[in-house]
Amino acid sequence: MQKPIATTRSATTIPTGKLAVWWVLASEVVIFGGLLCSYIMHRLGHPEFGDYAAHTNVWLGGTNTFVLLTSSYFAVRAHFEAEHGRGANAAKWLYATVGGALMFLVIKSFEWTHEIQEGLTITKNAFWSFYYVAAGLHGLHVIGGAVIMLVVAADAKKNKELQRVELIGIYWHFVDVVWIFLFPLLYIAK
Amino acid sequence: MSAQTKEHGHGHGSHGSEAEHLRFYTKIYVTLMVLFLVSVAGPVVGDLVGSKALVLFTAFGIAVVKAYLVCAHFMHLNIEKRYITYLLTTAVVFMFLFYAGVSPDVMEHHGRNWKNIAAQGEVKRALKEHSEHGGHGEHSEH
Repeated sequence: MQKPIATTRSATTIPTGKLAVWWVLASEVVIFGGLLCSYIMHRLGHPEFGDYAAHTNVWLGGTNTFVLLTSSYFAVRAHFEAEHGRGANAAKWLYATVGGALMFLVIKSFEWTHEIQEGLTITKNAFWSFYYVAAGLHGLHVIGGAVIMLVVAADAKKNKELQRVELIGIYWHFVDVVWIFLFPLLYIAK
Repeated sequence: MSAQTKEHGHGHGSHGSEAEHLRFYTKIYVTLMVLFLVSVAGPVVGDLVGSKALVLFTAFGIAVVKAYLVCAHFMHLNIEKRYITYLLTTAVVFMFLFYAGVSPDVMEHHGRNWKNIAAQGEVKRALKEHSEHGGHGEHSEH
């Protein structure tokens, strides 16, 4: 079978597939960066945001930070195994990373259910709009990353397309970095 | 596996043994965990002692350090081609440009010849409501 061009061609001496991932992430920096900048300027201009932020659950947000940082470690272990040609091991670490993603989503669902039941919905005020949009957009990235990781792991298990393990790993670390900033902004700064 | 990946190894001494590489990753992970605990505990202590600087440093200063560790050592940006760093830096610069251009109109609610009546009203209403009921705010201000 012919290999995809992204795995064989190289531009700027960076393999095209990897370059594409970095370009996606550069665009994500602008998307999440714009959203977070908008939040920060509103937060600084609206002292009442601090009172609203006091209703977010630091312990659940903190647990999710722990889960994502740990899943990032699993992703880097998957990359390490792939680099040494051990596809089956890489797949195992990728499945562990997906487990982290699922745990993150379960905690988030629990958290949102509680908040919505309390009447803290997306239309409540500007703070809660930012909260649901930022965390929701991030959550969609977690779901997307987990699905792609399962596809990559299925191939890696057969020792195929191991270079993709690094690519999904880079994406996953970015998702982690976004949460590293969302956590203090939405949960810590009261 | 890409030739580039093989060439670069793991970015912290390509001659090191596998065990050394794994130890390095584990060390970064443990450092991230310690920083995470400080970022949760720091603001609590900062509130107790009434130090806003401590809250800001432990919440956001440490977030920057954590993000650096993940980008440099897990995403391997420290050994990646410069092209990637320039690409990401450009995106970050645009982010700051956006902030610099828009924030004066959002953060300030009045200027020499203008007033943001809606924002002023919302701040006043929300703070009054909070002092009376400790509520979450009823009206939106978008």
